[in-house]
Amino acid sequence: MFKTFRPGGIHPSENKLTAGSTIEELPVPEQVSIPLNQHIGAAPKVLVERGDQVKVGQLIARGEGFISANIHSSVSGKVLKIAAVVDMSGYKRNAISIKVDGDEWVEEIDRSPELITEIALERQEIVQKINQSGIVGMGGATFPSHVKLSLPRGMKVKYLIVNGAECEPYLTSDHILMMEKADQILVGATIIMKALDVEKAFIGIENNKPDAIDHMSDRAQHYPGIEIQGLRVKYPQGGEKQLIKALINREVPSGGLPIDVGAVVFNVGTLFATYQAIQKNKPLFERVVTSTGKNLEKPGNFMVRIGTPISALIEACGGLPENTGKIISGGTMMGKALNSLEVPVIKGTSGLLVLPEAESRRKEMQHCIRCSKCITVCPMGLEPYLLMAFGERELFERMEEEKATDCMECGSCNYICPANRHLLDYIRLGKVEINKIRRLRKN
Amino acid sequence: MSPIVLYTIISLSATGIAAAIILFIIAQRFKVIEDPITDLVEEALPGANCGGCGYAGCRNFAEACVKSDKLTKLFCPPGGNETMLEVATILGKEAVEKDPLVAVVRCSGSFAHRARVNQYDGAASCAIASSLYAGDTGCQYGCLSHGDCVRVCEFDAIHMNPETGLPEVVDEKCTACNACVEACPKDIIELRKKNKRDRKIFVSCINQDKGGIAKKSCSVACIGCGKCEKVCPHDAITIENFLAYIDPVKCKLCRKCVPECPTDAILEINFPPKKQKEEETKPDNNGETKVEPVETDKLGEESKSE
Repeated sequence: MFKTFRPGGIHPSENKLTAGSTIEELPVPEQVSIPLNQHIGAAPKVLVERGDQVKVGQLIARGEGFISANIHSSVSGKVLKIAAVVDMSGYKRNAISIKVDGDEWVEEIDRSPELITEIALERQEIVQKINQSGIVGMGGATFPSHVKLSLPRGMKVKYLIVNGAECEPYLTSDHILMMEKADQILVGATIIMKALDVEKAFIGIENNKPDAIDHMSDRAQHYPGIEIQGLRVKYPQGGEKQLIKALINREVPSGGLPIDVGAVVFNVGTLFATYQAIQKNKPLFERVVTSTGKNLEKPGNFMVRIGTPISALIEACGGLPENTGKIISGGTMMGKALNSLEVPVIKGTSGLLVLPEAESRRKEMQHCIRCSKCITVCPMGLEPYLLMAFGERELFERMEEEKATDCMECGSCNYICPANRHLLDYIRLGKVEINKIRRLRKN
Repeated sequence: MSPIVLYTIISLSATGIAAAIILFIIAQRFKVIEDPITDLVEEALPGANCGGCGYAGCRNFAEACVKSDKLTKLFCPPGGNETMLEVATILGKEAVEKDPLVAVVRCSGSFAHRARVNQYDGAASCAIASSLYAGDTGCQYGCLSHGDCVRVCEFDAIHMNPETGLPEVVDEKCTACNACVEACPKDIIELRKKNKRDRKIFVSCINQDKGGIAKKSCSVACIGCGKCEKVCPHDAITIENFLAYIDPVKCKLCRKCVPECPTDAILEINFPPKKQKEEETKPDNNGETKVEPVETDKLGEESKSE
């Protein structure tokens, strides 16, 4: 029996071109630029200066405030400059550029491939270590993980929910990680379970990855309290609220957090990073990135150092095809179109998608025909057509009443709309404006 | 008359009278006593409800004027000094004069000057485009050309030029209500002091990148070279973050900075062509300005300040 969430959801063509191709180490580039704003929250404080020598895994920026994350060098070499570089959105933001020289790692990092299942650290120590290692949610939201583990007083977690759904079309980085690093992920889950003091963990995997379900179920037998659950293929199953609904049939209240229903959600990639941080002393400075596209010569899954320019990734896939129309960081649904090839890979980059010209254009927008398809597919039970109408008329207070802030920007409404309306664009605008209104109200 | 009609008339009249009595009592009981002077003040206002004063509409602004002791913090931009003087006489308070302002678009990055590095095909709104990314040119500060400023203008004072892709302000119609300034997500539009004959000198760029990067993305970007700062006799120009800014209050419109700018980022608008004499004293300004003798009295202010 495969579970899934209700209401809403869509089933875009999966296009998992790179399923089954093993993780390949991407050669260390000549130069990396490591952005400071890689996570949700405050920018960290830079600890290095121009001309400093750094090693792989060395702390180069310390998180400022509670919601922030440390940043470690992903290469060894000399700090070239701390200056603004173009980031994913095209804006220039501060980054630390390092000229690579050799590959010298910090001594504390255990580079042996040996699996360590024994967890030596205590609960508090685990949270501290995760904080130090700069681990953030690697499903794309990049929320600092230690914040999730520091529960408010009186809150009790019952379940650890692990996201192995990978519902985004094209992406296979979590899939390949589950196939190759199943034990590490499961040890990571055990570590988080210990930190949160929970007994039960569910790992949800969509059934378009039967090999991953089988392999993980097989390995999970050796880890008490962890259960693998197959899920019916449906986008956006990887959304935390949808995953909770699918796995434990609880609904997170509007404006609430998973903790309100006794759950905490982690991505398999984050668990792998947790394993490396706790058991191997290795901070987060590399991640698996799917580099894919129908016209790429050899798409694949790569282990990439943070800060590597995406041009290096495309080069590894055989260069940019001629008819490329769009390059997206992430998947087709929630990814972001890039406007430079020098954008660095960051902690939240799960994939890189090269789309041909023919697939990269929006179709012309027409009038709403009130077919209500957007309402049917909205996983949050919202009315996108109405929200857009309010957005166009700048009635942001009405949008707030209609719970626009519950929108998680999955793009299902845009996908399904037969009139090609820019539903999500206006909802996104509304969310920004509502936040402004709320801030004004507070003051 | 059949009885049914009669009964209907009687019952409806009775209901009507009863309702009238109830409404009369309620109207008396919950009467809002308003200062009649508020109506007078409201009449004196332009009635555009533009929100430029910071209040929701002209009525709210009138109420605020009546309530407050001084008019120092209240100003009606579309009405200007005349309206405020009128309001002040109605209320018997002292009017505060303000320099008239006009909206200025600080971006010259037309299609010819700024290469488009990507294509945006989302919703035609600057607010949405800027929430997604930096824009379709290499300049993250420049105009997005989707016309949010044009849409919010209540006075038809700003139009999009389809040739350049930049908005243009009609000085006579602009009331400096601030609506376009707030609508622009890039903060390109600024309210500056209105000068005689609508003359303006301003840096038409807000690019804060280093010179090389700025110049690469737009050929008329301010590169922060500081030439204008050095030449300005009135200390009106400051350079911050590789960007020059001309203080509209300190600037005496002498135009010395304009020929100095290597990227033509400083614009002079509504000026007559330069005098012959000035041209001769500066042989090194590439002969860009047209040489035409002009009568001195037409030059007005700048001849005074020199």
